[in-house]
Amino acid sequence: MSLTPDQVARIAHLARIAVSPAEAEAVRAQLNGILALVERMQAVDTEGVAPMAHAQDVMLRLREDAVTEADLHARFQAIAPQVEGDLYLVPKVIE
Amino acid sequence: MIEASLSRLRSDLDARRISSVELATLFLDRIERANPALNAFITVDRDRTLAQARAADARIARGAAGPLTGIPVAHKDIFCAEGWRTTCGSRMLANFISPYDAHVVSRFGDAGAVLLGKCNMDEFAMGSSNETSYFGPARNPWDPACVPGGSSGGSAVAVAARLAPAATATDTGGSIRQPAAMCGVSGIKPTYGVVSRYGMVAYASSLDQGGPMARSAADLAALLNVMAGFDPRDSTSLERPAEDYGRDLDRPLAGVRLGLPKEYFGAGMAEDVRAAVLAAVNELEKLGAKRVEVELPASPLSVPAYYVIAPAEASSNLARFDGVRYGHRAAEYADLVDMYCRTRAEGFGAEVKRRILVGTYVLSHGYYDAYYLKAQKIRRLIAQDFVRAFGACDFIVGPTSPTVAFRSGEKVDDPVRMYLDDIYTVAPNLAGLPAMSIPCGFGAGGLPVGLQVVGSYFSESRMLGLAHRFQQATDWHERIPPAHAEGAR
Repeated sequence: MSLTPDQVARIAHLARIAVSPAEAEAVRAQLNGILALVERMQAVDTEGVAPMAHAQDVMLRLREDAVTEADLHARFQAIAPQVEGDLYLVPKVIE
Repeated sequence: MIEASLSRLRSDLDARRISSVELATLFLDRIERANPALNAFITVDRDRTLAQARAADARIARGAAGPLTGIPVAHKDIFCAEGWRTTCGSRMLANFISPYDAHVVSRFGDAGAVLLGKCNMDEFAMGSSNETSYFGPARNPWDPACVPGGSSGGSAVAVAARLAPAATATDTGGSIRQPAAMCGVSGIKPTYGVVSRYGMVAYASSLDQGGPMARSAADLAALLNVMAGFDPRDSTSLERPAEDYGRDLDRPLAGVRLGLPKEYFGAGMAEDVRAAVLAAVNELEKLGAKRVEVELPASPLSVPAYYVIAPAEASSNLARFDGVRYGHRAAEYADLVDMYCRTRAEGFGAEVKRRILVGTYVLSHGYYDAYYLKAQKIRRLIAQDFVRAFGACDFIVGPTSPTVAFRSGEKVDDPVRMYLDDIYTVAPNLAGLPAMSIPCGFGAGGLPVGLQVVGSYFSESRMLGLAHRFQQATDWHERIPPAHAEGAR
């Protein structure tokens, strides 16, 4: 199958990546090339095969319910694009 | 001194034949001379490096040296190092000064290793040629018109051109092994979970694994002894007793069964690579190993499955780059969503965007079963292939890459062609198996060829033993690109 321009726009919006009209057609062609490669998977029968999500079938560890993190917010916020009064600033979402 | 093994550097430092400051200065000077042409390093900070070297000298003087104290090591710029710019090869993180150390970085720091600089790489480790770096491509020291491979291209170049005795790297689909092969150095990707991913910028979390690059298998063992180990901060870090990865270096090869997958030796491999790989197998046979043919029938599906799973995980992992907490933020935007969209359009390069878009698509409503679930099932088939093959052999050997290093620019506009070159390297990542590449000869244009060795889970020490035996019988790993030999200017 091949992606339409509308589908590419929808994927770009979901991924929150602006794709300009000038680059849209090239992006679409490259995504279609990659999907054609990926399509080769459909040739093999995987009926009844259990999906493998991870390299090791390990259980996630439990740890003691104790505070282990130090308060480092000043250090972390020092590298943020915009901060005021310990808060990260973003454009207004709710009027 | 640029020829010295890590154990030789250790004894020279301990005997005060050289100081850590002198050693760091030697390599910093080599970097200063060679880096404008090779672009192996994104960040070098002489003052910081020399301060670490002085501390190492003091530690050696106190008689408190560990195995790597005073030895310069370069880190791939995917590992966060406190106070160092950590870019991951991206505009998104071009000004990111890490507020903390990755587990790997703190392990080397605790061991007393001296951080020599941060190595160039494909952006967010997505690439097989180091050409997707925002900081420009690294260049192959054997022929600067050729790529060094990727994504850990800078690390491989640094070791090959003797700009560093050793370097760290990461491997999601071949990013340690393929550049090691193309630059003529040794590199190992351990079993998934052996090296902590804490502080290692995430690409595809179920595949990403850190590992060392160096000039010999013996050096890799010493480095892995420092890098490996349980870390509670990585939820997939394995709790296993500490092991000495050098314990099998002198183990004889008599009776060791080498599996040659018939799928790897069919069409698709360049003749010069085939000749060097088969000569290496002959050499291993002379050392007592036996060859057997094995089958990995699902291997043709490994590239398609990888290019679903890795982008899917990447699209989730890279959602964190939103211009809010760290990294690049667009200067102009209309509202919050527009800020995200512009920030990400500006901060990410073309290949990263492609993989995020592919990943977003394969995870989106209505397509999940056809792509992501299908790929996970094929991942199971690939892992089962290996389990079956390891019933008949001890190691799987073959080429690391189908060709020697290709020319810069040759494939940069053709992602599918670039992806297909990962044919021999992605399957061990999907299965979580350890895999390494060692130099085994030269092909067209005098460019190095790598031999890939894949082992069963947790067989790193025996793989390193096989590689060490090979390197004692051959000198491919000791060859230096002529322009970078000692005395060459």
